[in-house]
Amino acid sequence: MYKILKKEALNQTVELIEVEAPFVAKKCEPGQFIILRVNEVGERVPLTIADYDREKGSVTIIYQVVGYSTKLLSEMKVGDFINDFVGPLGQPANLKKHNRVLGIGGGVGAAPLYPQLRKLKEMGTQVDVVLGGRSAEYVILGKEFEDICDNVYYATNDGSLGITGFVTDVLNSQLEKGVEYDEVIAIGPLIMMKAVVNITKPINLPTAVSLNPIMIDGTGMCGGCRVTVGGKTRFACVDGPDFDGFEVDFDECMRRQGMYKEEEKDHACRIGL
Amino acid sequence: MANMSLNKVAMPEQDPNIRNKNFEEVALGYGIEQAIEEATRCLQCKHKPCVGGCPVNVPIPEFIKQVAEGNLEEAYQIITSENSLPAICGRVCPQESQCEGVCVRGIKGEAVGIGRLERFVADYHIQNVETVVPEIQKNGIKVAVVGAGPAGLSCAGDLAKRGYDVTIFEALHDLGGVLIYGIPEFRLPKKLVATEVDNIAKMGVTINKNVVVGRSITIEELFEEDYKAVFVGSGAGLPKFLGIEGENLNGVYSANEFLTRVNLMKAYNQDQSPTPIRVGDNVAVVGGGNVAMDAARTALRLGAKEVSIVYRRSEDELPARREEVHHAKEEGVVFRLLNNPIKVIGNEAGWVTGMECVKMELGEPDASGRRSPIEMPNSNYILDVNTVIMAIGQSPNPLIRQTTPGLDVR
Ligand SMILES: Cc1cc2nc3c(=O)[nH]c(=O)nc-3n(C[C@H](O)[C@H](O)[C@H](O)COP(=O)(O)OP(=O)(O)OC[C@H]3O[C@@H](n4cnc5c(N)ncnc54)[C@H](O)[C@@H]3O)c2cc1C
Ligand code: FES
Repeated sequence: MYKILKKEALNQTVELIEVEAPFVAKKCEPGQFIILRVNEVGERVPLTIADYDREKGSVTIIYQVVGYSTKLLSEMKVGDFINDFVGPLGQPANLKKHNRVLGIGGGVGAAPLYPQLRKLKEMGTQVDVVLGGRSAEYVILGKEFEDICDNVYYATNDGSLGITGFVTDVLNSQLEKGVEYDEVIAIGPLIMMKAVVNITKPINLPTAVSLNPIMIDGTGMCGGCRVTVGGKTRFACVDGPDFDGFEVDFDECMRRQGMYKEEEKDHACRIGL
Repeated sequence: MANMSLNKVAMPEQDPNIRNKNFEEVALGYGIEQAIEEATRCLQCKHKPCVGGCPVNVPIPEFIKQVAEGNLEEAYQIITSENSLPAICGRVCPQESQCEGVCVRGIKGEAVGIGRLERFVADYHIQNVETVVPEIQKNGIKVAVVGAGPAGLSCAGDLAKRGYDVTIFEALHDLGGVLIYGIPEFRLPKKLVATEVDNIAKMGVTINKNVVVGRSITIEELFEEDYKAVFVGSGAGLPKFLGIEGENLNGVYSANEFLTRVNLMKAYNQDQSPTPIRVGDNVAVVGGGNVAMDAARTALRLGAKEVSIVYRRSEDELPARREEVHHAKEEGVVFRLLNNPIKVIGNEAGWVTGMECVKMELGEPDASGRRSPIEMPNSNYILDVNTVIMAIGQSPNPLIRQTTPGLDVR
């Protein structure tokens, strides 16, 4: 059983919890994830590690309340116990010291992006970030990024924070201004990552993306998380979740992601959403 | 004088047309009288070929003798002197190619129903006798066991009996490995697995779930934590795919995924499990082993109208336990033997709509003596299916190999 040490609402639908999980905290690296089950009949829910404290033996995760299990999680309080919490899973992100890197975080994608950029910063890389969302309240961790990044840009659909538009508009304008990035790390909805790669690939600007397909075990046992990267089938839970954006078949990812849409709707009904 | 009936005492089973709609156990097991009658078929051979055929050397004639005399707890003690998981092995071991395969009675007629008797003895014990753990003299030596499948559990049980201080590390949230995520409820009730695991825990084995060795802790670190030996029983969990076009379409599962959703995550009971499963009206299961049979029979129970096994060799080569093939046929699974899939076909939205297959025939025997299948020219056709389950085997998960320097794997 894994105790909830801290809980915070980041906006209307996004929450942060810090969980006591010494095995995970001891070894995890940016880019890795955990799988939790809220209770003894729960689904296995993969969530990326947003932060960790090795001394305290705790791990922070940030999640959007979207369906049955995240709703259950959201009902838990500090001091409650999560039934299962396993990790760290997946490969650590392949972070290298560069001159300058641009992070792009869409919605909750900002959460997994944060430890990666922090680590790059610690390595001595100049780090800029674009955070995007539907409106200001969907943009999370702005303050945390401002603490570690050299420049923070915002893009919202309604213009309530930063420019009116998409994260890719900021990317384009940075490139037009002639800012030289060695790498882009884009984490967010598939459609956003695809749009980023559509810009960076033609100019050969290396782009890492993080995939979160449907998963069950997270140990390479089921193949449910398979994605096509560079024409080959890879298991995101063991070979990823970070991949070279140029090589990812985003359209296939999007189709596979929608596989249980109907069943998930059903769940939502059952909990009266 | 032994009972010279040529056939095993029949074991009661659920009717095929009822059981193919439920997840209750198919085979119902012997009662006392049936067990004693079957036990008297054993000739008590002096040279005990059956023991040689058993991978863990259970003293088979000895336990059967006790059954024949009605001493069921004695029989249980004899079995468990060598086998920590009798209720499980009695149900899922491939007896026909092990103990029963070499039984003298099998030369003319059917072998003694060793598996059925083992199952009966174990079930009788579970239902009637409180397991008491004998006093174990601890030797204080720490041993780590990676994986709580049958291999890890047996190893842990045996070492605990000998006084070792055993800790199991299991990646999943539940114990049993394939027994809990793969083999379906109707063949191996999960309650039984839990009971056998409990019996091992009662011997003082420490169990750590949710620990992925290689990620949460490495084998090197286990040695640093003063474990004197590490047993790696991490199984063969990596599902294989054929590598044909269309395999990543929606509606194509590995058997592991399909069975894990249904068994481990209990998706067969959608009222109680939030894990979804989707099975179409027409299902193709590719492969011919136990895993394929389990997947096919599970698909039927989830409401599929037609389920076919698509296998590229012939009936004689089906690697599944004979009983499983027989049960699958009885339940209405269609066997498309000597058929090989070459492409999965999908619609615009990315869902499976069919599978292109080609017919095969058996060629000349190869070096191993097996007749290998060869394609028949121009025999392609499209099988009308909307779910495809790949059950063509698994290979070992590379995680431990990748994270343990110096581990020699052959
Ligand atoms: C559907 C199905 C049906 C089958 N039917 C039969 C049958 O009827 N008869 C028969 O004889 N055989 C059958 N088999 C094969 C049989 O189940 C296997 O031979 C057997 O389970 C192997 O046992 P194991 O303990 O080695 O591995 P597993 O049962 O695979 O257990 C390995 C365990 O290790 C855990 N693990 C893996 N990696 C790690 C790690 N890095 N750290 C921690 N834990 C880890 C896994 O989560 C798992 O729990 C079947 C297999 C399947 C899939
Ligand atoms: S989640 Fe099962 S293999 Fe990746």
